Amino acid sequence: MDDQFYREYILDHYKNPRNFGRLENADISHEEENPLCGDVIGLDLKLQDGVIDEVRFHGRGCAISQASASLLTERIKGKPLDEAKQLTKEDVISELGIDISAARLKCALLSLKVLKAGAYGTADWED
Amino acid sequence: MASTTQALDAKKVRADFPIFQDGALSYLDSANTSQKPRQVVDAMVGYLTEYTANIHRSAYRISEQATERYEGTREIVKRFLNAASTKEIIYTKGTTEGINLVAYSWGRRHIGEGDLIVLTVIDHHSNIVPWQILAEEKGARIEYVDIDERGELRLDQFRALLEQKPKLVGFNQVSNALGTINPVDTLVREAKAAGATVLVDGAQGAPHLGVDVQALGADFYAFSGHKICGPTGVGILWGRRELLESMPPFLGGGDMIKTVRLDGTTYNDLPWKFEAGTMQIAEVIGLGAAIEYVSGIGLDAIHAHEQALTEYALEALTDVEGITLYGPPAERRAGVVSFNLAGIHPHDLATICDRDGVCIRAGHHCAMPLMTRLDTAATARASFYAYTLREEIDRLVGSLSEANRIFNG
Repeated sequence: MDDQFYREYILDHYKNPRNFGRLENADISHEEENPLCGDVIGLDLKLQDGVIDEVRFHGRGCAISQASASLLTERIKGKPLDEAKQLTKEDVISELGIDISAARLKCALLSLKVLKAGAYGTADWED
Repeated sequence: MASTTQALDAKKVRADFPIFQDGALSYLDSANTSQKPRQVVDAMVGYLTEYTANIHRSAYRISEQATERYEGTREIVKRFLNAASTKEIIYTKGTTEGINLVAYSWGRRHIGEGDLIVLTVIDHHSNIVPWQILAEEKGARIEYVDIDERGELRLDQFRALLEQKPKLVGFNQVSNALGTINPVDTLVREAKAAGATVLVDGAQGAPHLGVDVQALGADFYAFSGHKICGPTGVGILWGRRELLESMPPFLGGGDMIKTVRLDGTTYNDLPWKFEAGTMQIAEVIGLGAAIEYVSGIGLDAIHAHEQALTEYALEALTDVEGITLYGPPAERRAGVVSFNLAGIHPHDLATICDRDGVCIRAGHHCAMPLMTRLDTAATARASFYAYTLREEIDRLVGSLSEANRIFNG
């Protein structure tokens, strides 16, 4: 088997997740579960003048969902919330840099779903 | 050990399955759905291409032929279950619909406020959720029998709950997530002695062990076509005739009526009272072919083959680094092996296996309460059938070692 899918940086983010943990007094805190597999991702954001000052994620799940969440926190830290809200599914998938099958798409996009649902204050998200 | 069972030749069985003919696929997910032999496909194609017609309502040749084949499956199922009458054989969409039918039709009449329903933590969601809906509607309560460390039901707890005189007791013949073969004879006998109505979920039992419903003595038994080499969209609910007679219809519509007037309706006789609308005729015909196919191999031979595979798999998997195996010893489980590898999520395992052409299930197996009980979110699961080869288990072991190399190397 080729290791394209489980590239080193994905495994690295899975084993050594960045910004992992909880934030006390978070301005935005949201958690979602993927009912298909039981994966859970939660995000805590602290804002300063509309900018994401600090971010932490927590949860459990497969390498794809956890690495994707870890990558997302790196991407949005220090960015204005409004900019983070504009992130698309395509952004997240291209950042992962691997071919994601339909069955694993939900894993890859769970953290973005949490961000959007938390930022917009609704779970208005089309899978 | 001497055995009168004719040993099963899985390679010969495999020759009947179109999907295996290119040799690339290692299909270890038969507890999820089974593969389909040519005999089943041919039976369905025969109806779809040679005598497509609706049943029970037209006086021309192909309609009579369709009716004959549709009702012929009922005879096949009656023999398969050793039921007393074809009136007790209801066609459903699958196990889930069969259990829902009982929960709505029987349950709404007989379950009231404060009544107790006893289920188990190794039940599939399809034997939990319909009862939860009913219990919520009626103010009834549900208690669940726990398992011991080996994944077997705790009979002490089961017996203690029977002392509270439950109205309904439900459990599976075989656990889909752990493979545990439940001691159904004991469970049914004791639950009946306590005065309960008993439903057995045979989704994983009928295809691998079979059943004799008269000897078992339960009140309802449900199973699905697609796990017994048949098509999706069809299943069987067997019910004790006097219970089915006393139950109101589940779905109303065509074919389940005798006469309809604007001020009321008389319902059809059993079993058609529970078969509203145009049914899945091709699928019912396919199910008949599937049961004949599986019966032709022989349930004893299938069970012996699967036990040998399970024993082989449990031994081979024990050597995989970081593995946790769930469930009872081989002699008390069907062809199901659930496991986890340390530091690797089951989804990742399934993806890595898939790249080697090995299909396994990863997830909660529609048994979330059991996953909670096992203190895990999900497991990986390999499951076997008459066409499963030892080489496929070897390939699985190879893929798991590869997963260890990628993740933990």
